[in-house]
Amino acid sequence: MRSERLTRWLVTAPPLIFMLVFFVLPTLIVVAASFRYPGEYGGLAPLVPEGYTLETYRFFFSDVIYIEIFLKSLWVAALSTGLCILLAYPLALLITRLPKRWRDLMILLVVLPFASNFLIRIYAWMIILGPQNGFSLAVNTLLGFFGIEPVRLLFSPFAVIVGMVYVHLPFMVLPLYTNLERHDPAWLDAAQDLGANAWQRFWKVTWPLSLPGIYAGSALVFIPVLGMFAIPDILGGTGDILVGNLIKEQFLGTRDWPFGATLSLFLTLIVLAVAALAMRFSRKRLRHA
Amino acid sequence: MPLLELRNVSRHYGRLSAVDNVSLSIEAGEFFTLLGPSGCGKTTILRMIAGFDAPDTGQILLDGQDLADTPPERRPLHTVFQSYALFPHLSVAENIEFPLKMAQVAASERARRVRETLEAVSLSDKADAMPQQLSGGQQQRVALARALVNQPRLLLLDEPLAALDHKLREQMQMELIGLQRDLGITFVFVTHHQPEALALSHRIAVMNQGHVEQLDEPSKIYAAPRNRFVAHFIGDINLLDCTLLARENDQLRLAIPGLGEILAPAHTTAQPGQTGAFAIRPEQMLIGDPAQHRDLPNRRDGVVRELLYSGDVTTYKVELANGLHIQALLANVKPGLVQFFEVGDAVSVAWPADAGLFLDA
Ligand SMILES: Nc1ncnc2c1ncn2[C@@H]1O[C@H](COP(=O)(O)OP(=O)(O)OP(=O)(O)O)[C@@H](O)[C@H]1O
Ligand SMILES: [Mg+2]
Repeated sequence: MRSERLTRWLVTAPPLIFMLVFFVLPTLIVVAASFRYPGEYGGLAPLVPEGYTLETYRFFFSDVIYIEIFLKSLWVAALSTGLCILLAYPLALLITRLPKRWRDLMILLVVLPFASNFLIRIYAWMIILGPQNGFSLAVNTLLGFFGIEPVRLLFSPFAVIVGMVYVHLPFMVLPLYTNLERHDPAWLDAAQDLGANAWQRFWKVTWPLSLPGIYAGSALVFIPVLGMFAIPDILGGTGDILVGNLIKEQFLGTRDWPFGATLSLFLTLIVLAVAALAMRFSRKRLRHA
Repeated sequence: MPLLELRNVSRHYGRLSAVDNVSLSIEAGEFFTLLGPSGCGKTTILRMIAGFDAPDTGQILLDGQDLADTPPERRPLHTVFQSYALFPHLSVAENIEFPLKMAQVAASERARRVRETLEAVSLSDKADAMPQQLSGGQQQRVALARALVNQPRLLLLDEPLAALDHKLREQMQMELIGLQRDLGITFVFVTHHQPEALALSHRIAVMNQGHVEQLDEPSKIYAAPRNRFVAHFIGDINLLDCTLLARENDQLRLAIPGLGEILAPAHTTAQPGQTGAFAIRPEQMLIGDPAQHRDLPNRRDGVVRELLYSGDVTTYKVELANGLHIQALLANVKPGLVQFFEVGDAVSVAWPADAGLFLDA
């Protein structure tokens, strides 16, 4: 009896301690920091005599701009996730239909970009989207035909979305591929045999059965995009500030650590909510699938 | 006009002839079975009928109409897949409803038909279960219900009972016979399990390496196999190499090396001098004490070398004078239901002149 309890502890303790040290503790530090006063040159003001305050929260809600930036970040994350699904789905489906040895090669190609530095890949987009380069010129020539003013691709929300989708696409392709690869081809044969045309076979069989993959991929794209600051920094214009940039600015720019902590806390809460939602959805599907 | 007709259908994979010039014609209401060893082309034939594969040469006709240009989803027939292929994201009722939805049947009608079909396969209480919560036999029934629910002209069944245990398999065989009879739907059934084929079918096509060896009623297939392959594949049989010596009235005189001459019924047109095999089922052999069966023309002495006790019957392997082994089967009707003879017992085996047959191929 006692040894049984001991084993249970030995098994559950390591992950528990891990969560405690690397998630709960830091979060508690952030919570505590959000109630403090900022130090003069960054950091936090000494606890005595300054004490605790609700100042950062008051400040957050005093200006609608912060909520707007949160909403904009959510929108960018949702849009990037949606575009990733749109691009990844046909790709993943295509790969599953290839002969086995081609499949492995294709998956290798999908993850290959990770072999080079993240910043270098983002800077590459700066060159691709630069106003004097082929892509920009082609787009603007095309727009010219329709009598539309030339547009600037670089340093725009467009460039931010391109960067976000480009960087996170593999995180959508991989779970989706893993899911689609496990589909039994007999399901499609059965559907066709029972009268389903190609369109119906996709929407009635392939799509619903791939939802767990979509949920997993969406969480893997949505959450990092929400906190991303490097891509808007490099590819975005001055107006393209997202939550990530805002938080970074508090710590490295204006050196208002308590406000940075407050913003981080809100971000963490949103991420937790999204993760919970994704889990709920996939759990509900799991009972079915 | 037959419901389904295959005319000289062939299908090659590279140099392999998976299906080799097969012609079949299947009548409406028939329970037709394709029987053959693994790899003989049964599944390939079913896939061509269903439309998932196309013949290289030859035609497949349904009601006299060539099916070549009809895609699988528009053929008025359904398949019960060996793996069942139930949709894991749909409940039992939703699985069965699927073909009705595809056929755009009205919702109220769909509900009624699903309910009736669930009843027909005794699964009414499982309507809301998910497929993976069911046992193998129950999944099998759902697959059957799903394929039957919108009353196709033709049902193709690819080894539907292969994954079931013996008892369940026999029970499902009974249910299949009942369903087929009650619904009047034509079944094309694939199996490599010969007792199943004999028990279920109106007619059987015995296949080997892509071609049909014999097409007949079950009793003909069993009692009068056309050649060694069919004789060997269906049931247990003694096959003894022999030479045809003479035809006498309605009897053949055969010479079996080392065993001398025997008499056999004259079913063939084979002429004296022809070599072949004498085929006789173990249950046609009479096994008795050395003194027994003196009145029968075909009688030899021997010794029991092995026996296989199966409860209802015992199969004896008897060694004859020249070292030839012959199998004989005897019902265990002795009190205590034990076998009549032991290993080492001296026995006689005998058979009437009208039992067994001479195979010249
Ligand atoms: N797509 C394919 N490509 C190449 N060869 C194939 C293909 N499908 C079937 N074959 C070959 O054709 C032959 C017949 O196959 P088929 O599946 O029809 O056999 P079967 O009678 O159904 O056997 P089993 O009882 O094992 O299911 C086999 O030798 C098989 O290897
Ligand atoms: Mg097969």
